[in-house]
Amino acid sequence: MAEEAQEDGATRTLPSLRRLSRALPFGRTHGRLGISSSGRPIVSALCSQESADPQQTALLLRKAWTLYSVTPLYRFRRARLRDYARLLSAFIAAEKQKGLAVEVGVELDIKVALSSLADLRGSELDQAALLVQLSSRSRASSRNSEDKLVWSGWFCSVFGDDLSENLPEDFTSLPLFLSHGAESYTSLVGSWFQKTFDCCFRRLAISPQNLSWMVAMWAGCKLDRAAAAVELVFSVPRLSQPLDISYAIHPEDAKALWDTVQKTPGEITQEEVDVFMDCLYAHFHRHFKIHLSAAKLVKVSTAVASAHCDGIVKILQSQYLPGMLMLLTELAISQIQ
Amino acid sequence: MQRTRGSRIPKQPRHADQTSQTDLSAWRKGGRVDSEKSLQNQQSVDNDQKYDSQEGSLEEALSYLEEIQDDAALKKNSVLQKHLDAVESTALKQGLPPEVFETLLNVALSGKFADTVNTRILKSLIPASVVPESSVVTAVSWLCVGQCSGNVQLLFLKWLITVFDLIDQKEQLNALYGFFFSFLQDEKVCPYVCHLLYLLTRKENVKPFRIRRLLDLQAKMGVQSHLQALLSLYKLFCPEQVSITLPGKTKKWNAQLVIPASSSNTSNLEEAGEENSVCLYSTDVSLPVEQLQTFPQLLQNIHRLEFPAQMGSVLTSPLLLHYMNCAQEESIYLRLYYWMGQMLQEECTWCVVDNPNEEEFKSFLETIYKAECFLQEGFSACEEFLYKTLPLWDGFCCRSEILRLVSWIPLSSFSDIKSYLYDPLAQLFFTSSIYFKCSVLECLKELLQNWLNCNVIQVDSEFSSSSTTLSGLVNMVAELVHFVGWISTVALRLENNSTFLLYFILNFYGTVCDMYLKYNLPLLIMPPAGVFYPALLSMDSVNLNKLCHIMYRYRTNLVAAKENELSKKNILQFKFSNQTYQEYNQYIIAMVGCLWTSSAFQKDIHPQGLCMDDKLLRKTAVKELKNSFNIVYHPAMMGYSVQFLQQIRPDDVTFNFKSIKGKKWDWYLEYLYSQGLKGLKVFIESSISRVSQASRSKAGNVET
Repeated sequence: MAEEAQEDGATRTLPSLRRLSRALPFGRTHGRLGISSSGRPIVSALCSQESADPQQTALLLRKAWTLYSVTPLYRFRRARLRDYARLLSAFIAAEKQKGLAVEVGVELDIKVALSSLADLRGSELDQAALLVQLSSRSRASSRNSEDKLVWSGWFCSVFGDDLSENLPEDFTSLPLFLSHGAESYTSLVGSWFQKTFDCCFRRLAISPQNLSWMVAMWAGCKLDRAAAAVELVFSVPRLSQPLDISYAIHPEDAKALWDTVQKTPGEITQEEVDVFMDCLYAHFHRHFKIHLSAAKLVKVSTAVASAHCDGIVKILQSQYLPGMLMLLTELAISQIQ
Repeated sequence: MQRTRGSRIPKQPRHADQTSQTDLSAWRKGGRVDSEKSLQNQQSVDNDQKYDSQEGSLEEALSYLEEIQDDAALKKNSVLQKHLDAVESTALKQGLPPEVFETLLNVALSGKFADTVNTRILKSLIPASVVPESSVVTAVSWLCVGQCSGNVQLLFLKWLITVFDLIDQKEQLNALYGFFFSFLQDEKVCPYVCHLLYLLTRKENVKPFRIRRLLDLQAKMGVQSHLQALLSLYKLFCPEQVSITLPGKTKKWNAQLVIPASSSNTSNLEEAGEENSVCLYSTDVSLPVEQLQTFPQLLQNIHRLEFPAQMGSVLTSPLLLHYMNCAQEESIYLRLYYWMGQMLQEECTWCVVDNPNEEEFKSFLETIYKAECFLQEGFSACEEFLYKTLPLWDGFCCRSEILRLVSWIPLSSFSDIKSYLYDPLAQLFFTSSIYFKCSVLECLKELLQNWLNCNVIQVDSEFSSSSTTLSGLVNMVAELVHFVGWISTVALRLENNSTFLLYFILNFYGTVCDMYLKYNLPLLIMPPAGVFYPALLSMDSVNLNKLCHIMYRYRTNLVAAKENELSKKNILQFKFSNQTYQEYNQYIIAMVGCLWTSSAFQKDIHPQGLCMDDKLLRKTAVKELKNSFNIVYHPAMMGYSVQFLQQIRPDDVTFNFKSIKGKKWDWYLEYLYSQGLKGLKVFIESSISRVSQASRSKAGNVET
């Protein structure tokens, strides 16, 4: 991601989640080209979808999700989820025992469930999220014993209008894919989707610049109870031994700092994020004489969520889920276009 | 069960048996390649005689084999031996005609002879042309009777597999699918039955109960390649019923650069209807792409072909590229766009850290380029990739592949091509070796030609899918030509007017000078002085000759444009500016002054030209300055004039160049033309009026 100086902080200021997605100033103005020279997403920390089903969202919280971007699915039919689950299940069985054929529809070791998460979307143009769950059947015990969930993944789009508008009917835009569980299952499920819907998966990394956005965004969140510390992990480049620096800040201090930096509540600008980070760096330098700005920010974690530059996130609070997903959708789309 | 049949083979004297002979030779002509045909013609007389005698004994053999009742032992029966020999030798030499198969199969499978005889008969069943389906069906009915031994059964199946493609029809045979399927139980013949079923299977043969039977066998016998193959075929036809993965090497799951074409099973799924599998409309309408092998097959099935599940696989399949060319669906391009865009970014060796697969990436780029050449069209995913990555490119990694892709950047009214293409390219161009510079010029020439061709096609077919207007195109082309003019000027200075570099630059202008006539584009741009003068004063006759040819083509184009303008037949939207004519005239005056009228440094009115003050010239103390660039003294021509003098006066070693005038001047010109300087020839003939021809002054006559 290009680290360009921002012309005007004000242009990045977007008052609401709704307007945010509509009026992304940098998005793909070169749309056709897809060169988002400064595809910096801005996400307000506010906003939760009140309608979200708590049970459904609970599935998604407190798990480390590995991020992927996915190009639009071709000829995906929401009405056929059950067929897809049978096919995927047979595919997994066939892949696991290469060379042996598997009948579609019979009971197999790995059970596949595909379901829609209807509430998990932003605008009208967004498709409902799609949850894929693999569970292993418990053979020994009785029928009614619970199947054990071994892997889960979900596709979603939250205000992914940039990709979904103007897309022909045959295509379904769900640009963000998150997986949790063994990599081997991710690869099986991924290949099946690729072969079936002619889409492409790519790992989605998060740049240090986006990480600092996230930490600023989350630092300002209101917290009900004694919250975990705000932690930033830096790695020092070009050393023979890897050296990580962890920088933990009391959440109240972080919030106090952010409140002094932020000019308008509900809006975040690049300039404010820079000031916030510079303050943290200056403070650290005063104590340890180390310029953190020369190191690479690799991980941020707060009471709201945590994110690693390799593209792994964990969301802890349900009310911040949509905001987070919106930002990640934005990142995924910029990787696709 | 004794089958008697009327002998279909006419029992005629051997010399009268003409019909089957012609049949056979007809097949041979149709079925063999020409070389063999001619060989056969040479030997035809010889062959006919042989065939005559053998046909006779084949006939006898057939009637003998058919009529004999008792189980004759081979060893003791020399008559049987003789007839078998006759069948075998005919089979090996010519193959057996279609009508004998039923008889011989009946004999071999009826069990009336010992297995040794049956085996010999089966092994000699080599078809000369086709095997009639009816004979195979009859033979299969013998299998039901169970007269023949297991070994003969097995041999028959093997034979059936071998000649399968030569069976004239397969409808009735396919009706016996269930019968063959029941043979699977026999472990010994199972592999061969699987093979046969593989050849026979159609979509309608794939049934859940058969799948289950095969899976049971699989459970019993474990992984068996013949079962795998048959099940894979079942999966191909009915992916909604069975799944199988054949063991093989697989790369990273989300970065497969080369995808094998496989049919799109989701659409099959759609067609399979809802809950119950009763299909009102036939589901075998589409031909799986895996079965698409030949171009005629493509033509026959083009209406029932479906694109593969993963569009990326079309890149490596010329047949599918043909098909893609015919089907103008947006979704095809969109699917390819997403896939290619992601793959290019994922695998780009200079964008992704620690990506060691440069060779693989190279071949991927090469594949894309070939597909673009095939389709005569650039891919937009590739264009975007270039725009994104050129600023990061070192100009070294995958150089030729990248530059070739640049040449297929589509023509569009995209306004930022300067910052996305020209700027990064110029930066690399100026800082890289002369060879890189030449490669860039070559690729920009290709780019220009592709744009111009694309314009011609659009005008011709009235099919302007893109929003490119003529004025947009003219602007794009003009921008490219000016860009090349600029980098060429700078490069010639940087590289000390290298002959090699100049060659590539003039190549580019070789296309530019003909844009009006050859590509119907109302645009002509003269090369800048920084290119023209180094070419005019080049030390090398190849480049000088090329310049002459280019100037001749400019003249032809400009004259044609002027004529069109004057005739005003069609009101031209575009008119060449007077500046173009002016520039052309300035150059022509300079050229004629240097090469022909020996008035170098005087007759040059170009502001950046060669005009010099007499006083200044005198200071150089060089004698005969004015003629120092005419066709005799020009450094590029000196070699020719020396050789010319040597040829006309071998004994004179003084090299009297001044003697080349008058009649000798004409001889000299003829000599030059004969040396291959065609560019010079057309230039002189078009732009200079000769004294000898038109009794005018020897001054350069500049037209237009």
